[in-house]
Amino acid sequence: MRVGAARSGTEARDILSFAAARARHPKGSIGRPCMFADYHKKSGLPHAGGICALLLASLLASAQTVTPPSATPPPAPSGAPASGAPEAARTAPAPQRTQPRFLVFLDAAHGGADTGARLSSQLLEKDLVLTMSVRLRSILNAHGIAVLTSRESDGLIPAVTRAEEADHAIPSACIILHATASGNGIHLFTSSLTAIPTTRFLPWDTAQGAYVEQSQRLSSEIDSAMTHAEIPVTLGRTALQPLDSFTCPAVAVEVAPLLRSASVTPVSDAEYQNRILQTLATALEQWEKDWRQHP
Amino acid sequence: MIPRHQRILFWILLVSSVVMSVILIRLRERAHDRLLDASQTMPLNPPSHAAAQDVTLMIANDANGSLTSFHEKIALPGDENARAHVVLQRLISIYAQPGSAHPIAANSGVHEIFFLPLPPAVNTVVPGEMAVVNLSGSFAAEHPSGIEPETLTLLSILGTLHANFPDITQVRFLVDGQPRETLAGHADLSRVYLAADSPDVKHL
Repeated sequence: MRVGAARSGTEARDILSFAAARARHPKGSIGRPCMFADYHKKSGLPHAGGICALLLASLLASAQTVTPPSATPPPAPSGAPASGAPEAARTAPAPQRTQPRFLVFLDAAHGGADTGARLSSQLLEKDLVLTMSVRLRSILNAHGIAVLTSRESDGLIPAVTRAEEADHAIPSACIILHATASGNGIHLFTSSLTAIPTTRFLPWDTAQGAYVEQSQRLSSEIDSAMTHAEIPVTLGRTALQPLDSFTCPAVAVEVAPLLRSASVTPVSDAEYQNRILQTLATALEQWEKDWRQHP
Repeated sequence: MIPRHQRILFWILLVSSVVMSVILIRLRERAHDRLLDASQTMPLNPPSHAAAQDVTLMIANDANGSLTSFHEKIALPGDENARAHVVLQRLISIYAQPGSAHPIAANSGVHEIFFLPLPPAVNTVVPGEMAVVNLSGSFAAEHPSGIEPETLTLLSILGTLHANFPDITQVRFLVDGQPRETLAGHADLSRVYLAADSPDVKHL
């Protein structure tokens, strides 16, 4: 696991967001005496135990006030205070509105003993998607987009762990990378779950149902970018783990050979991969712009 | 010096052993041939007395991720489970043909299919049925790996069942009689699929 791009200056806000995410996902906190400990391991902050205890106490004291960044309420319109509000609240300085963090979660599928598809005699799906994930992270970092990846090496990571990592980070977009030897161009898949309203607690196996609409918008964004880059796209819906447990706009991107009238470009072609990755980065940049307007 | 009658007995026993060995080897070969013939009767031969019926097969295409309806007349047995089995075997045999748009190199696809009545829902009058499709392990092992090919196979089976057996509302997949997480590493087989989710003639 590696967090790309520079960490923002509001470290405490990120920690509280992480805490709120953990508090909203009881499955992830089972059996963990300190819910912030692994965040500190990742972030490299010193005195993890003391900070953990301090944050736990402050979180308990202000449990009703902690919200994830994206849930920051809009400021009240000036000159029209809510009726019945106390005078102190009306005269108090307006709280400083922090810019929510835009984070992309990249999940390179398979790994370890789970090799995925055999794309050629010497190329396995797990290796190709790992390479593409690392390169896409670099491209997005260069564009100033923070990236969290599910794996940076060839290891077997259970689908549950991938979903936990993604859900705890509260990303703005989740991309699962796959590859196949059949089909043509890019296959974009969103979850086949029925849309459900967002609630405080979501069923683990069908949590993506609350984000189906956003996921389809993200898929449409990628589709537009791919079409602009003249890469054929097949859109679909599927039942796939860990996609169905993600609590973020999530799309599974499956890379297939590029079939032209007289030639076939294999998925191992470096130039073809570059085109796909650059187009994905463009689509995610556009998604960030849309997301900034409507987080 | 060995007595003459013992030498005669020895040669008789030796010749008998050789003859019995030859007979046993021949019987074993014939039994092996019969087993091979039995395993190569896919798809199932329809009963000769049954009238040919019109069935709808939802044929997948990997190139554009589409499902297209295809009508065919085939003889079907009377039993509903056996009919569904024959229809799905016909579907999979099309995918096994050379030049298929959704190639699956499988000798056998579906072991069995069972229909189970579902308890009627509160707000519906017509009770539905669940189809339990028991796929063969060799079919899953030889299936192309990928989200699109696996999803297309499942949707093709769902669409074909829904088109020919409208009472089916839910479908559950097993492989060699056991629950399995994925078909070939991607499409989720652990969930219950709604037959009504299967698309008609359109892209995924």
